[in-house]
Amino acid sequence: MQTKLGYAAVLAVLAASAMAFAGPSGGGVSGKVTYEGTPAKQKPIDMSKEPSCAQQHPTPITTETVVVGPANTLQNVVVYVSAGAPDEASTPAQAVTITQKGCQYLPHVVPMVVNQELKVVNADQTSHNIHPLAKVNREWNKSQPPGTPPFSEKFDKPEFIAVKCNVHPWMHGTFAVLKTSHYAVTGETGGFTLPNLPPGKYTVTAWHESYGEQTQDVTIAGSETKTLNFVFKAKLY
Amino acid sequence: MGKIFAVTIIVIAIASAIPVVMHTWEAPADVSTHGHLIDEQMSETMLEAGVSFLAAQIILAIFIWQFSNRGAEAKIKTFPGGAMGLVIAALVLVGAEVLALGVFGVKAWADVYLTAPSANAMPVQVQAGQFAFYFRYPGPDGKFGALHPELINEATQNLFGLDPEHDPDSRDDIVTAEMAVPVNKEIHLLMHAKDVGHSFFVRELRVQQDFVPGLDVSLHFTATKVGRYEIVCTQLCGLGHYNMKAYLDVLSEQDFNDWLKKEAAMQ
Repeated sequence: MQTKLGYAAVLAVLAASAMAFAGPSGGGVSGKVTYEGTPAKQKPIDMSKEPSCAQQHPTPITTETVVVGPANTLQNVVVYVSAGAPDEASTPAQAVTITQKGCQYLPHVVPMVVNQELKVVNADQTSHNIHPLAKVNREWNKSQPPGTPPFSEKFDKPEFIAVKCNVHPWMHGTFAVLKTSHYAVTGETGGFTLPNLPPGKYTVTAWHESYGEQTQDVTIAGSETKTLNFVFKAKLY
Repeated sequence: MGKIFAVTIIVIAIASAIPVVMHTWEAPADVSTHGHLIDEQMSETMLEAGVSFLAAQIILAIFIWQFSNRGAEAKIKTFPGGAMGLVIAALVLVGAEVLALGVFGVKAWADVYLTAPSANAMPVQVQAGQFAFYFRYPGPDGKFGALHPELINEATQNLFGLDPEHDPDSRDDIVTAEMAVPVNKEIHLLMHAKDVGHSFFVRELRVQQDFVPGLDVSLHFTATKVGRYEIVCTQLCGLGHYNMKAYLDVLSEQDFNDWLKKEAAMQ
């Protein structure tokens, strides 16, 4: 009798703590982004006009307009909650960073929240001139000689901004300026997770720089994690 | 005082002439078939201008030596014919010199600009854009695909704006960031600018030509020595002008074919 009560007590404590960990924002969305069809070939980049960068890539890097992973997964897709999430309480305090290294933008896609600080780092021996081709935000470009410290900027409106370097024509990237902090960028596995979503109705958008946007609606009840997959149509040209 | 000045003038004149006569700053070796005409023109110009310069400085020094320290009451002779005479003399002397250079230089100019490339010259296209040169070879079909500037996309490295989906001629075009040519083969260079003015300059080839946006400019040349040469932009085109260059590889025919095959595989 004593042991049964003991077990019940332990179970009760465990159940209570499980509910406590689930907390008020326990739900989420997770899934995979894949493609069907044949994507365009990514071309190798010849950096011979910039020898200090060319020598960092004994095997030339390729363009990154379509980066795929094993099993038809699609990388560099920005998956985010485009409707249904409450407004952000405050702008995230820490900065996001884009690094110019080997005459490449790392990472290729930089997601950030509106008004979040963006730090631009030049880690190369050459000058760069980063030029975000903003159409909604203010368009600017800034020269950064080698050895100069990083500078900071921010964008005050949501927009997907193509980024180029005025000095090195092959350098390309994207700034994904979002209203929400519920975002993820797919990596090699093509997978994404959007946690901490309270119960409710949401619209989730997946954006890819070559294949466009797709949206899906999802309803989250309690603390469940719903699975949402996106399939993009690849284009040969 | 005046005599010291006269001597100084002579010293400066001779000191300036010495590096030129001694060929202290020699142009790099000429590796083209037409380059010698340009080099000869350059030498003739330096000779004519140099002789005129030294003559003028020596005459000036002589006059200063002779006539400085004269009193205020000294009689001044005028140039025969007065001011008008001076003007006519200057016109005739300088005019003759400039005209002579023009006449002697006609052959060099005509050779480069007024002769058509031979029928079997190899066509290579070059596009100058801020801040890189890109090159295109026509590929096995010998035809360049049409250019569609609205399709230019640097992110996908479609640098010329080709439309392989709808244009079969462009499917085998070979776009490169370096230019290679076979040695001793005449090249027909087809040039256009993507945005603003640029210039294509290879010192060793004695080739320098501006790109003018909106114009299709063409040049022909033959490289005579295997080697790697720099193509630099010599027309200020913006903040990256200092960094705008490409490399020209003059290769043996075998090496050139290998290179072209390798580049075709990377398209």
